[in-house]
Amino acid sequence: MKRTLDLQSNIHTKPLKKRILENWDLYLLLIIPVALLLIFSYYPMFGLQIAFRKFNASGGIWGSPWVGLDNFKRLFTTNKIVQVFINTIRISGYQILVEPIVTVTFALMLNAVFSSRYKRLVQTISYMPHFISTVVMVGILRQILNNRIGIYAIVCEQLGINAVDVWSLPEAFPHLFVWSIIWQNLGWNSIIYIAALSSVELELYEAAEIDGASRFKRLLYIDFPTILPTFAVLFILKVGSMMSIGYEQVLLMQTPLNLMYSEIISTYSYKIALEQSSDYSLGTAISLFNSVINLVLIYIANKLSKKISGIGLW
Amino acid sequence: MLISKGFSLDGYKAVLKDGSIMTGYINSIFYTVVGTFLSIAVTIMLAYPLSRSDLVGGKILMAMVTFTMLFAGGIIPTYILMRNLHLINSRLAMILPGMLGAYNVIIARTFFANSIPKELLEATKVDGLGNIAFIIKMVIPLSKSIIVVLALYYGVAIWNNWFSAYIYLHDVNKYPLQLILKEILFGNSTDMSASSGSSEEVGLDALSESIKYACIMLSCVPLWIAYPFLQKFFEKGVMIGSIKG
Repeated sequence: MKRTLDLQSNIHTKPLKKRILENWDLYLLLIIPVALLLIFSYYPMFGLQIAFRKFNASGGIWGSPWVGLDNFKRLFTTNKIVQVFINTIRISGYQILVEPIVTVTFALMLNAVFSSRYKRLVQTISYMPHFISTVVMVGILRQILNNRIGIYAIVCEQLGINAVDVWSLPEAFPHLFVWSIIWQNLGWNSIIYIAALSSVELELYEAAEIDGASRFKRLLYIDFPTILPTFAVLFILKVGSMMSIGYEQVLLMQTPLNLMYSEIISTYSYKIALEQSSDYSLGTAISLFNSVINLVLIYIANKLSKKISGIGLW
Repeated sequence: MLISKGFSLDGYKAVLKDGSIMTGYINSIFYTVVGTFLSIAVTIMLAYPLSRSDLVGGKILMAMVTFTMLFAGGIIPTYILMRNLHLINSRLAMILPGMLGAYNVIIARTFFANSIPKELLEATKVDGLGNIAFIIKMVIPLSKSIIVVLALYYGVAIWNNWFSAYIYLHDVNKYPLQLILKEILFGNSTDMSASSGSSEEVGLDALSESIKYACIMLSCVPLWIAYPFLQKFFEKGVMIGSIKG
């Protein structure tokens, strides 16, 4: 019996060579994209080895002398790395805790609006900022919050308060950064929740209403469970990208006076390698350290989510 | 004080008189059009084969694409690579590195896998047409909506990209609009000099401030014009992306 089954499956699975030849043109198509993937995504990963070498221009990635963990030793003997590490955790932790709550609240509020035309209008306007470039977004923010000529200065003058320069106040940086991100992505991130919520059948709400469920109870027992799976997956993704917060935006929002709170791992690594000292090896060591923490975080977050809600990325 | 001090177009005049904004505009349009077109082409070339269950090694290739979303070499190794490829100060630096977005490949693959009927492929094969002819004659016409979504995602990403230009380009005449804007809004360095509060500067500020506002407005105009037409496609992209393929 087993033998005949094997024979049958052999008839269906053709030899590998034939399967490839049958669709040879499919593999021809793959040449360019796979080459791009290998060159621009995978080759730089091999470049990470310079974190263990003393990079010089003539030796390059493959020929510079090995130095073992020297770059990491140099990295951890400076106080700067501790501060930069804390700044990164502070900003991304703040963002991870606040952003999902605000987004879900917004989606639930919008879902509770009955007029569908008004709902669509609000939604459309709310995700427009997502497409504004970082440069323009930070530009607008800097203009508005300028303490001499911005709207902020005018309001403070009217209220008779002294307008503090928020751009030179280190403590203000995490708030400026996180809330500007929330403003920019609120509508966009809520699309997926609103779509999930709109899949709830109206009869379910009506039945709950007849059973005497208050508005809050309906929210708690119908809306929440509906968005929970989406929430879990997005939350893992957020935690996984915790260490890679938008350095482009941070760079634009930095001033010499707020660096104490605004210098994060990625901007620090960039500056060491490409702006200040051209120390490619040290810069790469920092960014490798960052990436490894990142990978560990996403692994843990995925495990936890699987345990708690049964939902995981893989 | 809250009322504006009158209407003036001085800011716009100053901006338009300075050629750099116009050059930036033209460069950005070039990078966006060429980059978006090439990106879509290679994305389809990768995503369509990946959507086929009979592709040998498809699972490994898919894992390779997904892995780039979790881990990357980072800016410094990429910068060294670009230097070795002699792409520093080349217009190609604005197009090549971002040509394959893993997320975009995944949504395109999901779309192809779910919306191109298998019978269609079999019928084409009976007619003696190969896979490439099938893609051009059948897949692309049936996938207009996902192509618009890809065009939006790639187009917006290239249009808004200032950082690649900042590290790879040296000639001002190659700068995209966003980098020109960055220099006008924040000055040349990433560390904008701290604002000093002396009162004599305020008068001088007025024109430079209206120049800044004018720049912001001018850079947003293309988006505002395109937005009402494209808006429904944005959501579509999010929804396709959320289906686990």
